[in-house]
Amino acid sequence: MGLSSTRFGAFDPENPTKDRITDIGPRHFWDFFPPIIQRNYGKWLYHEVLEPGVLVHVSETGEKVYTVRAGGMRILSSAFMRDICDVADRHCDGYVRFTTRNNIEFLVDSYEKLEPLKKELESSKFFSGSLKFPIGGTGAGITNIVHTQGYIHCHTPATDASSMVKALMDDLFEYFQSMTLPAKLRVSMACCLNMCGAVHCSDVALLGYHRKPPIIDHEFLAKMCEIPTVIASCPVAAFSPATTPEGKKTVKLKVERCMFCGNCYTMCAALPLSDKEGDGIVVLAGGKLSNRISPPKFSKVIVPFLPNNFPRFPETCEVVKRIVEVYAANANKYERLGDWAERIGWEKFFEKCELPFTEHLIDDYRLQYDSYRTSTQFKYTDAAWAVSKAAGGIE
Amino acid sequence: MIAMSFEPKVPQKDLDYQELRIYTDEELQNPSDEELKSFKIKYDIPMLEDLESGPWPSFVADLKVEALRRRKMADDRLLINRDVVEDLLGQLEVSFEDGETHWKHGGIVGVNGYGGGVIGRYSDLPAKFPGVAHFHTVRLNQPSSKFYKSAFLRGLADMWELRGSGIFNMHGSTGDIILLGTFTEQLEPIFQESAHHLSNDIGGSGSNLRTPECCIGKARCQYALYDTQALCYELTMHYQDELHRPMFPYKFKFKFDGCPNGCVASIARSDLSFIGAWRDNIRIDQDAVKGYVAGDFAPGGGSHSGRDWGKFDIFKEVVDRCPSDCMTYEDGVLTVDDANCVRCMHCINTMPRAVRPGADTGLSILCGAKAPILEGAQMSTLVVPFMKAEAPYDNIKDAIDRIQEYWIEEGKNRERIGEMIQRIGLPKFLEACGLPVMPQHVWRPRENPYIFWKAEDVPGGFERDIDDYRKRHAR
Repeated sequence: MGLSSTRFGAFDPENPTKDRITDIGPRHFWDFFPPIIQRNYGKWLYHEVLEPGVLVHVSETGEKVYTVRAGGMRILSSAFMRDICDVADRHCDGYVRFTTRNNIEFLVDSYEKLEPLKKELESSKFFSGSLKFPIGGTGAGITNIVHTQGYIHCHTPATDASSMVKALMDDLFEYFQSMTLPAKLRVSMACCLNMCGAVHCSDVALLGYHRKPPIIDHEFLAKMCEIPTVIASCPVAAFSPATTPEGKKTVKLKVERCMFCGNCYTMCAALPLSDKEGDGIVVLAGGKLSNRISPPKFSKVIVPFLPNNFPRFPETCEVVKRIVEVYAANANKYERLGDWAERIGWEKFFEKCELPFTEHLIDDYRLQYDSYRTSTQFKYTDAAWAVSKAAGGIE
Repeated sequence: MIAMSFEPKVPQKDLDYQELRIYTDEELQNPSDEELKSFKIKYDIPMLEDLESGPWPSFVADLKVEALRRRKMADDRLLINRDVVEDLLGQLEVSFEDGETHWKHGGIVGVNGYGGGVIGRYSDLPAKFPGVAHFHTVRLNQPSSKFYKSAFLRGLADMWELRGSGIFNMHGSTGDIILLGTFTEQLEPIFQESAHHLSNDIGGSGSNLRTPECCIGKARCQYALYDTQALCYELTMHYQDELHRPMFPYKFKFKFDGCPNGCVASIARSDLSFIGAWRDNIRIDQDAVKGYVAGDFAPGGGSHSGRDWGKFDIFKEVVDRCPSDCMTYEDGVLTVDDANCVRCMHCINTMPRAVRPGADTGLSILCGAKAPILEGAQMSTLVVPFMKAEAPYDNIKDAIDRIQEYWIEEGKNRERIGEMIQRIGLPKFLEACGLPVMPQHVWRPRENPYIFWKAEDVPGGFERDIDDYRKRHAR
């Protein structure tokens, strides 16, 4: 029996527990593996990147599986899902895989099947000319940008995600299709600091951020939310109880304490933060999560704010591209962006990338002391000479 | 046909698209490029249309294909508003103009008996965009490491086109297949149609165990130090109740990385990170080492081949980059001082044919990663250095139960386990989990002497008599 096309399908609203299936979990993975993967499960010896986006994995059985990686859109339609299935059916016996970073992988069990697959992927385009299946995203390059929902589906974003990622990947496309960087470079994007994408350990992270405190909907706050919960939701204790001139219970806010995290809005719909001029993008850099050479590390804020310039975010794209180019020209082989910045010193990072260092970039939240330099070991840059001048130390 | 190494824990329907299908080939025909080029949706969307160009796949172009396809469907072949895709694009363009989202805050919807897996969403412009007045998300639990058969995806696409927007995320940030946008009435039918015909359950949300996620593991990676797929599936099935019914202070995530390269980012993104480890010696094929030195093999399997980095230099590229300085290369022989190796993977990644992880493998457990909200971002902290990971994984389930039980008791509402550890301190957490401490738990010992001594630690305890004290010391 197939899928139903009736209004309620396998669900009977008159008798909701009838034939109900629950707690069955996901489909089991084994059935979804191509036969060559089943035969060589746990037997892989090594892999090679034959060209950007094309991998071969060699098994101890002597078998080889070839993978073509295509850049994917995280948001995609049923029509496009069927396009993916068409390619899988024509070339890969109906099997296909998605990566953690939203790419699509097509696997074939012989070298001869590789060229026809690549040819079809390279020639598939949308009516507008955009590629459907750009091949790339391997080795020392930039693969797909993981991202969050943004204005497509979320109620708390400070920017949009799908549009920014499309614009950025258009601009970084040469790095997707090549392996010319000192190491891999991971770009990630989250629309607010709830970070459902958890981008805080990325080489370059783009983060939507609010800059105006919540608007208090005094008229409705007590009806929509519990006042003690609102007060407790604030990590900097900026809220206190208040009463409106009409005698309504509400809260008041010490705005100088607010760091715009938005947790109050998450807990109470009567405290919206979003604002056209207030909202924008924070750029962070230098994080990683692999343990290779150096331990995982957090990304650091390098640009405190860029405007939401829809739909292509030119200021953000320009900054990211600049960082990538300076990194590519200066870092050693195998050196991740954060390792490079630490080796040359962050003062040199700002100098080389021509990024202004403003007071926003010095931590004044919590545990900030860890980031203060308690040493005479530093390098001279223009920013240092400016401080010396301001202090009356030099002419 | 080889025997199945693994069996599903519940019976699964065979997948035959010809049997599953809802739509005919004719109905599924995509509009021609000519039609699409002249197609205008109901609203002016100049900013979005600017995103149709450029080499990277355009979600706007894709959504227009879907919008035009829906226009051509017969009335009884769609169970929610046919304009849903056009209305989504229209609302998105207005959001760009306003610089603000137009989705309302929250909305409690779900399926009977579950406390998660469905995210309620309503437009705040329902009169203008009725197709997205309701735009609820359903999270479907993805299979381990995200391989699929086309029959499954085609069946899913038919079901979702009929009962929802036809728009997916492949995949969401936690790993689920996201069905993006439907009306309340269709939530139960979607749940049960998926369960009955695709043998697939929905995933987690809210204060549930979230849908676990794993790397590609042994399916296609030589570095997998334990079976990430099998463990991910096993724990997903073992904790079905926790996954569907909120019983925790807040969300809780499991992620499974087969090695310290960390392809699913477990160390940054999961409350419990399971990361592959070995405890014996790195395996070295000295002939293959010579092959790399001679230039017969490309370092990193060719990962840096787009640029001329010069001849491979084993000192500069491997030996001197070892973070614990535990390698030598003398007289054509590569040696590793395994007792001082920190398993960073660099030599293995760089010379994959010559250097392999050890063969006595298992995993490390780290705990407490989370995004910045609320008290700042955290990475997972090492808790268990090494654990064997073999089916049925009772040792791992026991460790998880001890950790979660303490968090359920001690954690505050909306406090992630990593934040709880910060609040109470790592020593107390380890003690509660029944684990001794080790220097590996920290980067360095504490720099302050503010130790929380307990009465039982100090001879005589804390009870003292002030009169006795005064016998020796005048007031």
